[in-house]
Amino acid sequence: MESTMGSNVVEFVSGAYILAALLFILALAGLSKHETARRGNAFGMAGMALALVATLLLVLDYLTDDLIVDKTPIWVGLAIILVMGSIGALIGIRLARRVEMTGMPELIAMMHSFVGLAAVLVGYNTYIEVASAHGSVGLESDAVHNAEVFLGVFIGAVTFTGSVVANLKLSARMKSAPLMLPGRHLLNLAILVSSAVLMVWFMLADGWVGMAPLAIMTVLALVLGFHLVAAIGGGDMPVVVSMLNSYSGWAAAAAGFMLGNDLLIITGALVGSSGAILSYIMCRAMNRSFVSVIAGGFGSDGAVSGEARDYGDHREIQADDVADLLAHASSVVITPGYGMAVAQAQYPVAELTRKLREKGVDVRFGIHPVAGRLPGHMNVLLAEAKVPYDIVLEMDEVNDDFPEVDVVLVIGANDTVNPAAMEEPGSPIAGMPVLEVWNARDVIVFKRSMATGYAGVQNPLFFKDNTQMLFGDAKDKVNEIVAALSVEELARR
Amino acid sequence: MRIGIPRESRPGETLVAATAKTASQLAALGYDVVVEQGAGAAADQPDTAFTDAGIAIGTGEDVWSSDVVVKINAPADGEVARLRPGATVISLMAPARSPELVERLAAAGVTGLAMDAVPRISRAQSMDVLSSMANVAGYRAVIEAAHEFGRLFTGQVTAAGKVPPARVFVVGAGVAGLAAIGAAGSLGAIVRAFDVRPEVAEQVESMGAQFVTVDMEQEVSSDGYAKEMTAEQEAATAAMYDEEARAADIVITTALIPGRPAPQLITAETVAAMRPGSVIVDMAAANGGNVAATVTDERVVTANGVTVLGYTDLAGRLAAQTSQLYGTNVVNLLTLLTPEKDGVLTLDMDDVVQRGITVTRDGARMWPPPPVQVSAAPAAPPAAEPEPAAEEAPPDPRRRVYAAGLAAVLFLALATLAPPSFLPSLTVFVLAVVIGFYVIGNVHHALHTPLMSVTNAISGIIVVGAILQAPVDNLAVQVIAGVAILLASINVFGGFLVTRRMLNMFQKG
Repeated sequence: MESTMGSNVVEFVSGAYILAALLFILALAGLSKHETARRGNAFGMAGMALALVATLLLVLDYLTDDLIVDKTPIWVGLAIILVMGSIGALIGIRLARRVEMTGMPELIAMMHSFVGLAAVLVGYNTYIEVASAHGSVGLESDAVHNAEVFLGVFIGAVTFTGSVVANLKLSARMKSAPLMLPGRHLLNLAILVSSAVLMVWFMLADGWVGMAPLAIMTVLALVLGFHLVAAIGGGDMPVVVSMLNSYSGWAAAAAGFMLGNDLLIITGALVGSSGAILSYIMCRAMNRSFVSVIAGGFGSDGAVSGEARDYGDHREIQADDVADLLAHASSVVITPGYGMAVAQAQYPVAELTRKLREKGVDVRFGIHPVAGRLPGHMNVLLAEAKVPYDIVLEMDEVNDDFPEVDVVLVIGANDTVNPAAMEEPGSPIAGMPVLEVWNARDVIVFKRSMATGYAGVQNPLFFKDNTQMLFGDAKDKVNEIVAALSVEELARR
Repeated sequence: MRIGIPRESRPGETLVAATAKTASQLAALGYDVVVEQGAGAAADQPDTAFTDAGIAIGTGEDVWSSDVVVKINAPADGEVARLRPGATVISLMAPARSPELVERLAAAGVTGLAMDAVPRISRAQSMDVLSSMANVAGYRAVIEAAHEFGRLFTGQVTAAGKVPPARVFVVGAGVAGLAAIGAAGSLGAIVRAFDVRPEVAEQVESMGAQFVTVDMEQEVSSDGYAKEMTAEQEAATAAMYDEEARAADIVITTALIPGRPAPQLITAETVAAMRPGSVIVDMAAANGGNVAATVTDERVVTANGVTVLGYTDLAGRLAAQTSQLYGTNVVNLLTLLTPEKDGVLTLDMDDVVQRGITVTRDGARMWPPPPVQVSAAPAAPPAAEPEPAAEEAPPDPRRRVYAAGLAAVLFLALATLAPPSFLPSLTVFVLAVVIGFYVIGNVHHALHTPLMSVTNAISGIIVVGAILQAPVDNLAVQVIAGVAILLASINVFGGFLVTRRMLNMFQKG
């Protein structure tokens, strides 16, 4: 009776896992539209809850298993699961409640590192289990299973240190400039090759002998993850974060292979392909190949071409005049960049948007795919400031409209609005799709000074006849414009 | 400073360098403007028009003794002698083709600014007199052709029968060519056009014409002008010219190469094979012409009844319009040269536009200026830095097929060697990846950040693995599993909650 009951639990759990996998697919599908996104998230939660409950049932079922004489480890395990799980849940809830929207990139990078580390730990556990069983029962070592363990630990370790470095860079606790070691490509290659050799060793090793290649590889993979991300500069972070997202998925999938758990494989594959697509979108938006981003050094070899040229003079404008210009415009496009997030200017920008829309001005936002430090970061910041999402458009949706736009406000963006990408073939950013703001009637660029952008390229936009510069802190300047608009309103009454 | 606008001395010249309107704009820059008696008579700008606008009318002496003399044609020998040393003369000069003029200006101690040497960069477009004149000339070329052509341009079906539309072939899609395409198209003709720069095809098509292509190597212009072709390309192109011209009723040629005689594109044989009544307008006649039968400034009818127009004054035939445009170009140039708007002309040799037009300065030869590399088309990367860029040869499409084939073979080999228990997992994995690509491909760009946090949360599913390891009878394994559970559950709870928080912020307007 009890044993049939037990096998039924296994089938029940398998069924629950299939449902959970379906719910995860529905969760991702729901995120394709704003209208269904919340429902998608709810599907994800339901899937996770189902998977967790089913897994707990499986553990509880061990208690009824007559073959296991000593039930103490199971009770201890249950206690560990509940205590550690609750602590983790509490930490996660606190993080989710407290995080600033400007801090999302750091949080996401940190979460990637957790998945990576968890994959490493699960991998080691699997190995220890098998190795100790080998010692006691004389179990034969399985080469394919060993390879799964090895790959899982490798991907997890790279993800872990890579994400930690990404987190440190994004939170400015580490210099965001790329770390340029001599022969860095050779170093990466050497680590990959030696890991492959170690893997062969590990696959053939029996029992505890395998610990040596596994441990050496783990150290190497940790170094590789650190070095890969350290060599990439701040502006390439959207690609790095999506790449790590992808890696964290592959790490989970590898864990699924080693545990023979289809739910982990499916979920890992979903996450892995999600990150891969995001990386692809980001790379396309910078007209760079994935390899060149990973190999690092954006603008580091070629910041020469822009500087030698004389672009003429830039014109300056004051906040009052910008307010005047905006008040008489019929169509305005705002193109924000990372500088808006740094200056925390999204709230005044939202206020400005609201005021202009009340006046009947058509205000839209043009978002470059790599604006900010995370895919879609600008959208979240604007949503936080209560800018309606249907006026926040993608680059491709707004680019053809610029000739009919009266005023463009460039707030904290530089390389993503640089005409050199289209006009100067020698420029380091040549070929990158950019927001063609210069086709508008007037362009106002908010900037602290005339310094160059992340790519180290001078921006000819600043010297165009229809461009005017508004120098100063973006937040203060937008506030001044909002104030000037209010004064004008009062004067009209 | 005083600006003088002389009467043009070239016989038959109808243009004037300033209209009443542009002269007042010059005065607004702080200059005293004096216009020679009768200077604008042929361009519908009688002296009274200037006096009404408050502009002084003076004698030739008054005008030529000014600090700045602005005219259309390059000053003739006698006119250079009338200039004061130190004076500035602004006109068309064709400095590349007239070295003796440059010498004379230098010898006279005069600053010469050539309106036709404005670099073709977007900032200088408002001063580009060649563009404005070519625009007018292109329009006029079509009007002249229509005047000579014994048929309608537009196709009609009437009670008296069907009228086919005229076929117009335009050679060279520069400013003049595009203007001709536009004018001919709006008269109802079927327009085909060719240019050796394939990058202008889009502009041609945007004007409603069909772009004729020739199979040949890419010819990308780096200075905005066309270049002469290599010998290999010529044969194919010549055959195309022949074919297109024979099929056309009207041929308008505009091909010019800066500083060189115009290339001869339409041979005598081609002209001889065209239908009687066809019309050719050779807009390159001033530089020798693109057509074998062209006689500069003449209307020629060939033995087979083809009319060939070699007029060089097409812009001058719309004197009022061209003068107005030229005058506006002059105003834009002087606005640049008068930064303080105080009527004092200052030349800044660091500015590419000002440097580019300066032919002589206070008796010193300044021509030719250093080259300006810019605009129209993306040029090939400079040869100095070939290492990374040169590698990007178009990949052989077959290489992809080979790579895919190799990958498939490798995969099959691995799958055959793998233990049977591995394959079901692999099937699940591959299918999940495919589903992932399709599902994520639809995700709205604005939701990328929530997508990442949701994937963070679900990749916390690794907690399942750790949970199953927790009850194992090995303390080390249990402790490690506990840490993994802690980490993964941070992800699970944090990820879902932060996603919900973000999604709740998105509001529709």
